[in-house]
Amino acid sequence: MGLLDGKVCLVTGASRGIGAATARRFAEEGAVVYANVRRPKNLDAYFEELSVHCPGTAKALYFDVREGDAAKQAVMEIRREQGRLDVLVNNAGVMKDAVIGMVSAGLVREMYDTNLWGGVNMLQLASKLMMRQGSGSIINLCSIVGMEGNAGQTAYSASKGAVAAMTKTAAKELAPYGIRVNAVAPGMIDTDMYRSIGEERMRAQIAKIGLGRLGTPEEVADAVLFLAADLSRYVTGEILGVNGGASI
Amino acid sequence: MTNQEKYNKAFMTALEITEGQLSGLKYQEIEAWDSVGHMGLVAALEDAFDIMMDTDDIIDLSSYEKGMEILSREEYGIVF
Repeated sequence: MGLLDGKVCLVTGASRGIGAATARRFAEEGAVVYANVRRPKNLDAYFEELSVHCPGTAKALYFDVREGDAAKQAVMEIRREQGRLDVLVNNAGVMKDAVIGMVSAGLVREMYDTNLWGGVNMLQLASKLMMRQGSGSIINLCSIVGMEGNAGQTAYSASKGAVAAMTKTAAKELAPYGIRVNAVAPGMIDTDMYRSIGEERMRAQIAKIGLGRLGTPEEVADAVLFLAADLSRYVTGEILGVNGGASI
Repeated sequence: MTNQEKYNKAFMTALEITEGQLSGLKYQEIEAWDSVGHMGLVAALEDAFDIMMDTDDIIDLSSYEKGMEILSREEYGIVF
């Protein structure tokens, strides 16, 4: 018996890193997973293989979370195929660094467009289905830097801080409909996105992690699983840190 | 059931009103059509016509008549 047996789940940004690990973890727990990827890539075979090796199923959905019509069509496809949506994981995100003097309006817009607006867009669409069924769990991916700040990440950290605020507000607004909204705030996780900061900064940051190592996408996926499953049925409006005791 | 009948039924069910109250009905004119009732009405219309309304159109849905105008647009293609 899996923790997500038969639950219909949509995971955005599922081509790699935390999103891919979450899609896999959900399928292992028996979920019907719709794995969103922005650009059409041949990931159909990967997700079909997951379906063969896991109790659940996985299917790629190609769309950009920022685009209203494309996202709407994707959610309608889920509604037509499954008639419901139990879990949304708002994972799609981008990270670009710049010191304060080099933060352009374009950079701020880019961070907010994907990290905040993309999440709000999906939250709107998913919650409409969840409201009708009177249940649902939405998990937003924040970041430790959105909670504590980090030098060189003004735009990115602000956008992730906004995701945390959005999570708490949505939790209050959607609780009467039986919909829980929580967030996971990963620390330093060994992903392509994290490694883009460079070896020198990575070494300095690892020295500040209590457990003395980077986290793995699978460890974040386990936290997302907890918030998706009924194990957390009385938890809403929370930001769960997954950071190995890191300070930044 | 005609599209007009489906449309009317969505209003009457979601807002718990009679057919005689439909004509000229405006958003927030009755207690049931508040912001929460509005989302229930949108859900009823989406289910009735198997559509998902754009956020701008949900905001724009300010009366019984306006709703028909919105749903008649090409993107939804509902003929009344």
